[in-house]
This record gives sequence, structure tokens and C-alpha cells, in this order.
Amino acid sequence: MLDNLMLLKDSPVLNVQLLLDRLFIGATFALAAYGLALVWGVMNVKNLAQGDFVILGGYIAVVVGDAGYNPIFALPVAVVVMFAYGWIVYRVIVSRVVERDLFTSLLATFGLAIVMAQGMNLAFGSDVRTADPGLDTRMFFGGLVTVAEIKMLALALAAVLAGIVVAFMRKSRMGQAIRATAQDARAARVMGIDTERVYAFTFALNSAICGAAGVLISMIWVIQPFFGITHSIRSFVIVTAAGLGNLPGVIVAGFGLGFAEQYAGFLLGAEFQQATVVGLLVLILVWRQVQQAGRRQAVQ
Amino acid sequence: MTPRRASGLLYAGVLAAGIGAPLAFPDYTFQLAMLWMMILFALTWDIVGGQMGYNSLGNIVFFGAGMYVCALTQIGLYYDIGEYTAAFGAIRVDFTMPQYLTGLALGLCAAAVAGVLIAIAFGRIVFGLRGPYFAIGTLGVALAAGELVGTWDWVGGGGGISLPVYPGEPQTRSLLLYALAFVTAAAVFAFLRWLYSTRFGLAINAIRDDEQKAEAMGLHTTRYKTAAWAISGFFLAITGGIFGNMTGFIEPLEVAFPTVTFGVFMVLMVLLGGKGTLWGPVIGATIFHVIKEVTWTYLLGWQWITLGALIIVNVIFFQQGILGWARERWPARFGIRVDEPAAAADEESARASVTVLPRQEAA
Repeated sequence: MLDNLMLLKDSPVLNVQLLLDRLFIGATFALAAYGLALVWGVMNVKNLAQGDFVILGGYIAVVVGDAGYNPIFALPVAVVVMFAYGWIVYRVIVSRVVERDLFTSLLATFGLAIVMAQGMNLAFGSDVRTADPGLDTRMFFGGLVTVAEIKMLALALAAVLAGIVVAFMRKSRMGQAIRATAQDARAARVMGIDTERVYAFTFALNSAICGAAGVLISMIWVIQPFFGITHSIRSFVIVTAAGLGNLPGVIVAGFGLGFAEQYAGFLLGAEFQQATVVGLLVLILVWRQVQQAGRRQAVQ
Repeated sequence: MTPRRASGLLYAGVLAAGIGAPLAFPDYTFQLAMLWMMILFALTWDIVGGQMGYNSLGNIVFFGAGMYVCALTQIGLYYDIGEYTAAFGAIRVDFTMPQYLTGLALGLCAAAVAGVLIAIAFGRIVFGLRGPYFAIGTLGVALAAGELVGTWDWVGGGGGISLPVYPGEPQTRSLLLYALAFVTAAAVFAFLRWLYSTRFGLAINAIRDDEQKAEAMGLHTTRYKTAAWAISGFFLAITGGIFGNMTGFIEPLEVAFPTVTFGVFMVLMVLLGGKGTLWGPVIGATIFHVIKEVTWTYLLGWQWITLGALIIVNVIFFQQGILGWARERWPARFGIRVDEPAAAADEESARASVTVLPRQEAA
């Protein structure tokens, strides 16, 4: 561990490589986390199948790539397919747990996560897959830092997607309805908003965002049927750290988590990468508690 | 037949089945011991999850910790642990029978103590969290525990540890472990039956129903929560110790901290049988175990999909569980006495409110 630390100190360029590697992946984390925060904030459902939606989106890119097309074109396909999928999931499962207590939605989506992970395992096999968009790799600092062009493209696409979603939430009628429902569902209903439709749309939108994030992840990283739970935990870490309805916070936390994971993996060994994600979740929850304990006045 | 005699017969029947089953079906001893393990999972989860209303997804931490502590004690008593684990099972230590048995007994005791200590430490982290944060927080702790143990080379890391080999006949070994599993399950059941009838049982029920009110009534809720958690940890750690010896080999992710298998099964079994009831976990675990074995045998490849679907259907449509449903249907048989005058008064007021309603509408 100390050796690696010295290595980083001696060659600062390596830091640039590490940071860049995760910059691109952190952007996709932020996308998925934004979707989670959206559903959480609007309908108070914690979607534990979030990561599996991401992975499913990734497999759409793999399928498109296998069919002989460039997986970049899978992006619109994944958005449409995952939107429809999200709508169906809402109708079949989530609509029945929206009004119930929070553990119910957590457990129901956990069941969904198991079904999805295993379904993908049966459909695509348990191999680690990646979709190759066939772009070049660029060198910087005389070949010390390499960045695949697809990563830069993915970052740009993620930014564009985030921009579209934000503009949609601000400007469109549906976006306004979603925000109104998030503030007060009953008042929104009184004002004539079909909250049931808003919920369905929100969940489908989340699913589409996850699908898009998945397409990007499959091109710049790897996917595997059982990677979903880690992506879900990542989203939870980011949202818990950033707070609900805090888009800049989600973006910062997304990148921060990406960097933390990367450095932990490099300094302590690859086996610590997963442990870092879940460890951070616990740490953030503890930290929030310590923060709140200062304000709490309990009768002892 | 009086209810007392009926329940006496029921207990006698279960006891006879528990003792007779492995003798009648010696080939299935491992399966039957697994059934008691499942019942132990469900019973220990229900203490905090059902009776106290704190839905944990991380109880598996106690299971894994108990398993590791027991295994390390069994080995560490007679051998250097670092050397043993570094060899990755290449060293086979031949334990004598007294050595094996003392190791096992001390290991289980150490596991139980570790379970309580971890519950107290773990409780300090997670009991400030409410509702879904509690579930997510405990899930995070469980996943982290598995990952961290996997990186700890002294306890074998991701490669795991093989447990001491039983020095006698394989048949006696499986019977011994079966007996341990059965006795533990029976003892836990009897203990919980007593515990739920005490003031402590009422207190944790009060926390489930309304924690703020319970606190306002003067219950030191944190103390009760930690105690309930520690009881759960105590028994689950023993369960882990026994399970480790049953499989003979432990490793962190699949055997010791299987968050997405046993960790979820225990919740599912309790929900299936009926949360917050004494017999619910037992019934749920039995049915679940049968379903699991059948799907594993006949629907291989689809078993997880079946299980996931079972979770969804169970949670959405049948959350009160089998016993919860039965209790709603026949409350009198569950010892829920309907207070006749009060009920009559309730009915009276209900009728009164019915007569009031039209007048309000008219006005």
C-alpha cells in the first residue's frame, strides 16, 4: 500500500490517469443516482433494482453491438425500451407498493433485482461483457496518459442527457407535474394532476435514464448480470451523501465516489474496490447520525 | 380437546419428529439439519424484524461472525491460525475426539459471545437509523463485512478456511451436528416463547407499534433495542458456528456472509409465515425450505427467478403471512381476547357515528 502511495507521489501523471479513468465512470454513476433520487423524491420508493436497470441497459448495447451495429446507436434504443420496461414494472409491481410502508417497496424491488439479475444470467450468460464502439485511444503526456475516445464521448453524452432531463423537469408540463407531485401528492391530485400517471412516468423516466447510463457503462467499462447490486449500492451512497433533490450534489458525489473507489482499488488492491463502495455507505450513514445526534435532545 | 392439551400434543409431535426424522431417513440428515438452520434464521430475524419492527437486511453479519469465531477457536486452540490459513487447507491437522469436542463447545461459546459484542457495536451504528435507512444501513454493513473479511489474509481471505475434520464416523458426525442444530432450534423456540410473554416482549412490541410513544411512556428504547439485537446476535452466531461445521469449509462471500441468499431468505421466511408471531417463522421456514429444495431440484436455473417472484408476490399481496392471516380470521384461537363490553361499546359508538353521518350530510 505504501509502495503504491510512493508511486503516486513520484509520478504525478499517474494521478491524472487515475482521475481521468474514473471521471468518465463517475458521470454514469451520477446519472443512475439522479434517477434514484427522482423516484425516491417523487413517490418515496427506494428502488433496489436500480443497478439491474443499468445492467439491462448495458445488455441492450451488447445486443446491438452483436447484431453488427455500433453500440452507440443503442442509446436511443435503450432509452425507448427501458422507458417501456419501466412503465410495465411500475404497473405490475411498483404501483402496488407506492402507498405502502417503505420496507415493502425496498423488499419488492429487491425481489425484482433478484429476478432481473438471474433473468439476464439465463439470457446472456455470466461472462463479463463489454460493447466495443470501435473508436481510437488518445495519448497525452507523451503516452503516459491514455484516454479512449469513447470515454470522452460518453462523458459528453452523459452531460447532454443530464441537460435534457433537467430541462425537461424545468420546462415541460409533465416535468412540472412531477415536481408538484413530489412536493405534495395530495395537493397535486386536488389540482387535477393524475398522480398515478405521474408516478408511472417518473418510474419509466428513471428506468430510461438507467438504461442510458447502462449503455455508456457497457462501452467504457464492463457489465455482468450480477454487478447490479453494486450499482444500486453506489446510487444509494451518492443519494445519501448528496441528499434528495440536490442535482449538483449528486454530480459531485458521483464523481467523488468514482475517485474514492479508484484510489482505494489502486492503493489497497483491487479486492478493496467493492468494499470501499459499501464501506462508504456505512460511513456516510454513521456520519449523518453523528451530525444529527448533536441536534437530538433525547430524554434519558 | 382443550387448547392446552392440543398444544401439548403439538409440541410432543414436533419433538418426536425432530428426534425420529434423522433415524428414519439417515440419508437426509444434512437436509433435515438445514431445515432447523432455516427455522433458526427465521426465529432470530423475527425478534428484531417482526416483534420489534426493525426490518434488518444485515442479520447475516452475526451468522458469518459466529461462523468465523467458532472456526478460529476450534483451530486456534491447538494450532497457529496464521500458519493454518496460509497453507489453504494443505495442512490437515488430525484432532483427537476430546480435542474436537472441546474445540466445538468452546467455539460455539466464543461465537455466542462474539455475536453479543458485535450486536452491541453494530447497534450503536445502525439504531439511530429509522425505517428504510435502517434496512439499507444494515444491508451495507453486511455487504461490507463480507468484503472486508475477504481481504483479511490472517483468517484465510477470499480463499476461506477448512474446518477441523471430525475424527469419527461420518454418520456420527452428521448425527452430532443434526442434534446440535435441533437442540439449538428447540431451545431458541422455548426461550422466545418465554421471552415474548414477559415485560421485555411487551416493550419491544411497544417499540414496533410506536417508538416515540414508547419512549414517552418511559421505556429506555435504545437499551431494549440493543438487548433484542444482542439476543438475536447471540443465537444467530451459534447457528453460524454450527453451520460452518456442517459445511466443513467456510469462505466469506458465499458461505459466511451470504447477504443475498440466507440474508434475504430469513426475511422472506418470516414474511411468509407471519411477522411478529411465535409459530410464523417456524411455519414459514418449513414451507420455504420445501419450496426451495423443490425448485432447486426441478427448476434448476430458474430457481432464483422463482424465489425473486415469490418475494415480490409475498410482499405485495400477502405481507401478513400465513399466521397473520389466520390470526385476523380467527382471533380467539390466538389468545386475542375480544373485550366484550368494550367491543359492544365500540359497536355502539360505531352505530352512533353511522346515524350521525347522514345528518352531517344533510347539513
